[in-house]
Amino acid sequence: MSVQTPAGRPEAQPALYGLLAEFDEPAGLVQAAAAVRQKGYTRWDAHSPFPVHGLDEAMDARRTRLPLIALGAGLCGLIGGLKLAWYTNATDMAFMPSFLRGYPFLISGKPVFSLPANIPVVFETTVLLAALGTVLGMLGLNRLPRLHHPLFASARFARASVDRFFIVIEADDPRFDRRWTAEFLRSLGAAAVEEVPEDGP
Amino acid sequence: MTVESASPAPLADNTVEVPGRRAPLVLGGLDYAGLTERVCAIPERPTAPAAWWATLALAAAGLAGFLCLIGYLVSTGIGVWGNNQPVAWAFDITNFVFWIGIGHAGTLISAILFLFRQNWRTSINRFAEAMTIFAVMCAGIFPAIHVGRPWLAYWMAPYPNQMGMWPNFRSPLLWDVFAVSTYALVSIMFWYVGMIPDLATLRDRARTRLRRILYGLFALGWNGSAAHWRRFECAYLLLAGLATPLVLSVHSVVSFDFATSQLPGWHTTIFPPYFVAGAVFGGFAMVLTLVIPARTFFGLQEVITLRHIENMNKVLLATGCIVGYAYGVELFIAWYSGSGFERFAFANRMGGPMAWAYWIMVGCNVAAPQLLWSKFCRTNLWITLLVAMCVNVGMWFERFVIIVSSLSRDFVPSSWGGFSPTWVDFGMLAGSFGLFFTLFMLFVRYLPIVAMAEIKHVMPARPEGPAGPADGGGAARTGRPRAGGDPR
Repeated sequence: MSVQTPAGRPEAQPALYGLLAEFDEPAGLVQAAAAVRQKGYTRWDAHSPFPVHGLDEAMDARRTRLPLIALGAGLCGLIGGLKLAWYTNATDMAFMPSFLRGYPFLISGKPVFSLPANIPVVFETTVLLAALGTVLGMLGLNRLPRLHHPLFASARFARASVDRFFIVIEADDPRFDRRWTAEFLRSLGAAAVEEVPEDGP
Repeated sequence: MTVESASPAPLADNTVEVPGRRAPLVLGGLDYAGLTERVCAIPERPTAPAAWWATLALAAAGLAGFLCLIGYLVSTGIGVWGNNQPVAWAFDITNFVFWIGIGHAGTLISAILFLFRQNWRTSINRFAEAMTIFAVMCAGIFPAIHVGRPWLAYWMAPYPNQMGMWPNFRSPLLWDVFAVSTYALVSIMFWYVGMIPDLATLRDRARTRLRRILYGLFALGWNGSAAHWRRFECAYLLLAGLATPLVLSVHSVVSFDFATSQLPGWHTTIFPPYFVAGAVFGGFAMVLTLVIPARTFFGLQEVITLRHIENMNKVLLATGCIVGYAYGVELFIAWYSGSGFERFAFANRMGGPMAWAYWIMVGCNVAAPQLLWSKFCRTNLWITLLVAMCVNVGMWFERFVIIVSSLSRDFVPSSWGGFSPTWVDFGMLAGSFGLFFTLFMLFVRYLPIVAMAEIKHVMPARPEGPAGPADGGGAARTGRPRAGGDPR
């Protein structure tokens, strides 16, 4: 329940990553997040074992660009699949090297290219690339995978993936003050507030 | 050595409909920590129960036999099977369609029920998705080895080569290659992405260095940040939206293998919806077959409740009726088409040399599920398991009937033939179950088999009703029992 600050020797303290405040309930987290935002903090985040309803609104979060990435990747799959089927089955460009040259062959007198016959493959490539774009886009925007994070040094934080809810205000936030920010977090009803050191050298 | 349920009182009956109140999703007063404990206890147990080892040993023996038989087949040739002319497809493609169909329940539960906001899916979706992936792996083997020269199976991929040769994109068999491989990849991504937060839970609870490193690597450094969750939820919704048309397309494309040919009994426009309904039907039966022993064995009755079983039984009944309707429509169209060949194909199925297989199919797929109209049967685990087993058998026979009866009796009596399976056919069918269960046993031992983060998301944060006061964090901290309730 206390900030573990060795009193009187501020210059001896390790570099700080930020302050970690623990909450028992999602509702408490949402209220606290709204208050932190109103106070004008900018470099802070909430952590929870599952997505909490109302937190995005409380944090005034921007919408993610992920759907655009998925759309772009899906369109690549659509056009790429269509081009692939058309180029390989319906063109014969003499100037291409043989291993890259299309090979139109007639089967049952069907046209070498017709849209309906190519829809299944094009559909699958669209879905595949859109899904790949979604997953890689999500990981990329989240800057994952990462092997370590300063928060993982906190024993308390291990419960962020089980049943506890946290707010972290980073030390490089312009409004951050070691004492006042800790006081402020406690005033929001945090069950505990703790300092998280920056990673060692 | 099984984990006994920790709650002393018998579990409440959540299969009763009370108007105006949602049935609880999770029973036994589990809160966030209790649920985590219950699910994580399974992979965190230091030693596995003897029954797990016994099952794994049996399954691994089956897998070893399967690999030996594949080696025998590759080194000798397709002739080790009973396949012949005209029955060029037999157990191989039957097994393929059987396994790929089973996979469909997983994606249906994880994607379609997600889009329909069916929150009960959260208890079983991880399970069903794992089943999907393992089933698709079993399915993928059969077409690969039945091509005759499996070492050239990579020719099906469109890659620049010195032969100047490309696959024929207008062929349903190539559509199948793309559909099944896309389905496998998207299913794996869906499963894995959904599992990342739960792997982080296992990492954070890990007591040994090895576990921390391994779960840590696969958790990708997940820390539950709100910004991460926002993108995660968006990605999950997008994947569900992509997987939904995908799952409908996969079995449709599989059915095109048959429907675009001109063989009597195959050349039917009803095939795509009929195959998809059958796939969901067979898949739900397999989920039930796996989930009923697993929930008892691992003490998950409070998480995978009787209501979940009952809901799955309702899906089984509904899809079973669709399948029965499709059988009827097939017969009607065969008569109504006026084509003598079609009429003969179906008369031959029902009364020809393979009539026994047809009637096993009808008995298992249409008659057996009718038991589930009764609530007593839907909530009785033994009857449910029996019906699910019938459906597993029946759905295998459905594919067998479609494939073999049509191939053995086509237009010209001089080209008729017969099929009798060899011991390799039976061995490979059994061996594919060995592969499936080996993977499945490893999954239930080492990975979070219930989607914890998703259940927490739909669990009530505060006690509801008279069971506990709304005192902020008290319940979460003390682990006081709470009423379940109101999963939206």
